[in-house]
Amino acid sequence: MQARAPLSRTRLRRVLPHIEGYLYVLPAFLILGVFHLWPSVYTFFLSLHNWNFIRRNPTFIGFANFQRLWSDEYFWIALKNTAVYALGVVPASIVIGLCLALLLSEGGRLSVLYRVLLFTPVVTAASAAAVIWKWLYAPGADGFFNILLGLFGLGPYRWLQDPSLAMPSVILLGIWKSIGYNVVIFYAGLRNISREYREAARIDGASPWQELVHIVLPLLAPTTYFVLIVSTISSFQVFSQVYVMTGGGPLNRTLVLVYYLYDRAFASFRIGYAAAIAFVLFVIIMALTLAQRAVLQHRIHYDR
Amino acid sequence: MQTNTFRRERSIPGRSVDPLGLSPAGRIAAHAALVVAVVAVCLPFLWMLLTSVKVPTDIFSGRFWPSRFAWDNYVRAWESAPFGRYFLNTAFVSIATVALQLATCSAAAYAFARMPFFGREVLFYLLLATMMVPEEVTLVANYVTLYRLNWLDTYQALIIPWGASAFSIFMLRQFFAGIPDDLEDAAKIDGCGRFAFFWRIVLPLARPALTTVALFALVGSWNAFTWPLVVTNSQEMRTVQVGVSFFAQDFGTNYTLLMAAATVAVAPVLILFAAVHSQFTEGIARSGLK
Repeated sequence: MQARAPLSRTRLRRVLPHIEGYLYVLPAFLILGVFHLWPSVYTFFLSLHNWNFIRRNPTFIGFANFQRLWSDEYFWIALKNTAVYALGVVPASIVIGLCLALLLSEGGRLSVLYRVLLFTPVVTAASAAAVIWKWLYAPGADGFFNILLGLFGLGPYRWLQDPSLAMPSVILLGIWKSIGYNVVIFYAGLRNISREYREAARIDGASPWQELVHIVLPLLAPTTYFVLIVSTISSFQVFSQVYVMTGGGPLNRTLVLVYYLYDRAFASFRIGYAAAIAFVLFVIIMALTLAQRAVLQHRIHYDR
Repeated sequence: MQTNTFRRERSIPGRSVDPLGLSPAGRIAAHAALVVAVVAVCLPFLWMLLTSVKVPTDIFSGRFWPSRFAWDNYVRAWESAPFGRYFLNTAFVSIATVALQLATCSAAAYAFARMPFFGREVLFYLLLATMMVPEEVTLVANYVTLYRLNWLDTYQALIIPWGASAFSIFMLRQFFAGIPDDLEDAAKIDGCGRFAFFWRIVLPLARPALTTVALFALVGSWNAFTWPLVVTNSQEMRTVQVGVSFFAQDFGTNYTLLMAAATVAVAPVLILFAAVHSQFTEGIARSGLK
């Protein structure tokens, strides 16, 4: 048996930078590893188990949670409601955000002020925004929206208590909360479009409308696609507004996926079942992210 | 801006170079539309502020402007729940999170940008992948982890899981990578070790990037709701956002006090944002962070 060669100075010098690099990365890696990487695996592990904290350890039950999920009508209601929410928020906030960004490029010196004010809902906590909006939606004649519609002789409506109005009300808050973000992204996208294309179109006699439709919007396509995916993903994460304003009601009309997950995990303590819901959410969001990357690789822009 | 537009207008007679190509009248219409949009977006905040200083009779009569300014609503709201404690908790958690995140992420970003080590690229992309997994997905598993660690309802549960972020590492790495190698070589010749170079030269240079990262972390931490709602349950550990939402459940119809509490919960971030708005909007435009 050969004795191991003592760590020579040169070898130490070769290895040391590697060790030093690991030391710099270690604290961040520990935190991200334990609380952001590991749970992706652990969620799947938990979803194959039955557990409610009372027994010491989870019991393995295979894919039974997913089978149950398949025949759980509340899961399908939640999935449908989440899709309805996304369909309500995403197109509206993209169209409004794009229009405002186009107008902002006409805003001259005031455009900074407009942008800052339009952005305020984005930096407001979703839960606090929901507290404010719950008051705007107050069912009596003293609620803001009822005062507003009362001027036209309409209402009063029971916005959050009426099964057919509750989801549209939550959607309106979602649009309000996300417009500012879209404005900022679209505004940056507009500024990146080279002036030469538009000047060339003008010299060729294109009308402003033709220029907008045939030059500006196609060049903005990658930005639009990015906003579409990011908004859809964040729509699937909606929770705070629903928790504060409706608690999933009335008649489960605002029961969304994350609220259902929260309810199963922290009201019923069905950890394995909630993990199965989380896993489904994970798959949906992954699919959206991969769709984004696939299309970005095809580069849907005509610039360069 | 103004002179620029003027010059452009002259370069192509009769047309201004702007996306919609508007006439002066059209430009006034654009401003009008923007003002309408801005007012509509800000109305909820205005209604919150007005409600917070109304007397109850103003609420019932549906008055727009308060008949008198009842500033004592703020005092009464503050006293009807332990908001002082909630504020201290949020302030402590936010500051600790930002400090921890700056420390862990600047060190990691520096290593990823400027120190060759085995498996660097793989590790970097592995950490970046965490950006694709939202908090809501990991909530249940993290709750179990905290339960196993016996950390539920503690400060470390509120702080440590958010003490590093892939986004911050990504942002800072971009910045550190842009620092010229010559600077490091010169420092080395002057007898400056790697850590001294990082601490005394790189970090001060990176102040703008560190500020952006700190602001995003601060706002994220201040506004956090789902996480503190799930991992704490005692009043002693409650944060402002959770406190206000519980206040809304308990004092649901006492709108004047409720809006005073909501104002106090959203004002710090809005004031901070008004002071440093360009850091936010430019950071978002560059990175697409949501």
